[in-house]
Amino acid sequence: MTQTLENLRETPSQTGGPYVHIGCIPSFAGLSQIYPEDLGLKAIGDGAKGERIAITGSVFDGTGWAMRDAMLESWQADAKGNYPGEKGADPKVNGFCRFAADGKTGEFTLHTVKPGAVPGPGGSMQAPHIALWIVARGINIGLQTRIYFEDEDNSADPLLSRIEQRNRVDTLIAKKTGDGQYRFDIRLQGDGETVFLDM
Amino acid sequence: MIDPGRLVPRDRTAHPVPRDPEYKTTVARSPNLPLLSMESTTTEETGPRFGHGLIGALDNNLILNWTKGAAPAVGERILMHGRVMDEFGRPVPNTLVEIWQANAGGRYRHVKDTYFAPLDPNFGGCGRTLTDENGYYEFLTIRPGAYPWPNRGNDWRPMHIHISVFGHSFGQRLITQMYFEGDPLIDRCPIASTIKDRSQLDRLVAPLDMARARPLDYLAYKFDIVLRGRRQTMFENKPAGM
Ligand SMILES: [Fe+2]
Repeated sequence: MTQTLENLRETPSQTGGPYVHIGCIPSFAGLSQIYPEDLGLKAIGDGAKGERIAITGSVFDGTGWAMRDAMLESWQADAKGNYPGEKGADPKVNGFCRFAADGKTGEFTLHTVKPGAVPGPGGSMQAPHIALWIVARGINIGLQTRIYFEDEDNSADPLLSRIEQRNRVDTLIAKKTGDGQYRFDIRLQGDGETVFLDM
Repeated sequence: MIDPGRLVPRDRTAHPVPRDPEYKTTVARSPNLPLLSMESTTTEETGPRFGHGLIGALDNNLILNWTKGAAPAVGERILMHGRVMDEFGRPVPNTLVEIWQANAGGRYRHVKDTYFAPLDPNFGGCGRTLTDENGYYEFLTIRPGAYPWPNRGNDWRPMHIHISVFGHSFGQRLITQMYFEGDPLIDRCPIASTIKDRSQLDRLVAPLDMARARPLDYLAYKFDIVLRGRRQTMFENKPAGM
């Protein structure tokens, strides 16, 4: 016999299901009369400092079909690399945003400011990135990934450096398609499968 | 000084398998390749906070929030209550808990739900609240109905309430479902069965809690939630191996 560990196990996840919008972004599901305002509809407020950007993409299933029911959440630092709540953070940057694939086209767009670099492990710096969390019917536990930017210096990023198959690094890098416009597609499996994280 | 510390790495055996052919949609929606495991960074350790000012008085009352108190929803009235804690048993205060569910007939108020059970004109189907300073939360709602769904020939979801919880770190983010004690459909449900550890599935089954039920008004079900913890240590700031 030994002493007993008093730690608890994490509650198991279950899929958000097809109607996840009702709970998380009710106005998207047509239920706008309950709350004065959904939480997390905007990553930034008016007057946020930094470069305004829009990131558009789709979440593709293993057959190459752009999923119509995915919901995404993003979390990021402000333009100087401070997370909301940290000392000196831009009060106009909420950092958190919820958005969904369009029910007809399967496309999502995130409107935000480009984040700054943030500290990483052991005194390193992480290249500018936005954390993503993806849920949908058929996803039993939310998928974590990150958006990096092709016009930033990603060469010393500790996470990207950990990816053994260098051909997969590209799956985490948004492609510039115009002034302040980026494309970031997510592939759940198969050719070009996105690197998903366990962090 | 004791650091809040890195997030405890996720024990994936506590969770459902990502791919389960009995729940058909998972087959094309689960990654084939292994996840990239790393220690959490500031990105995963920080997260959004929501103030009490954003939450309305009826937000956690699904019986009344759709009609703003004008008329109550149809169904068996229940209090759903519990506590949000981390893996070390510490309460998670002031964190957002959101729920959504079908009405008493098993129908969601969603354009894509075409089940012929009728909508209840007095029921919307979502609620939200913040845990108190000790991690406790409550919702007043109605027991949702079971409903059929297209999967195998004749699959039914047990009665369930969907729950979304934030914690204080983006890496703690969790969506799950609460089931009800005694529901025979739980053991036949391919979604519940994606959790292969029976003791973990049992943790999603809320017991009837008569001590919290209100006579002549509502029954109560208790549902505690455990989120990932953060590893507090006096050694956190030392480089690895030193
Ligand atoms: Fe459901």
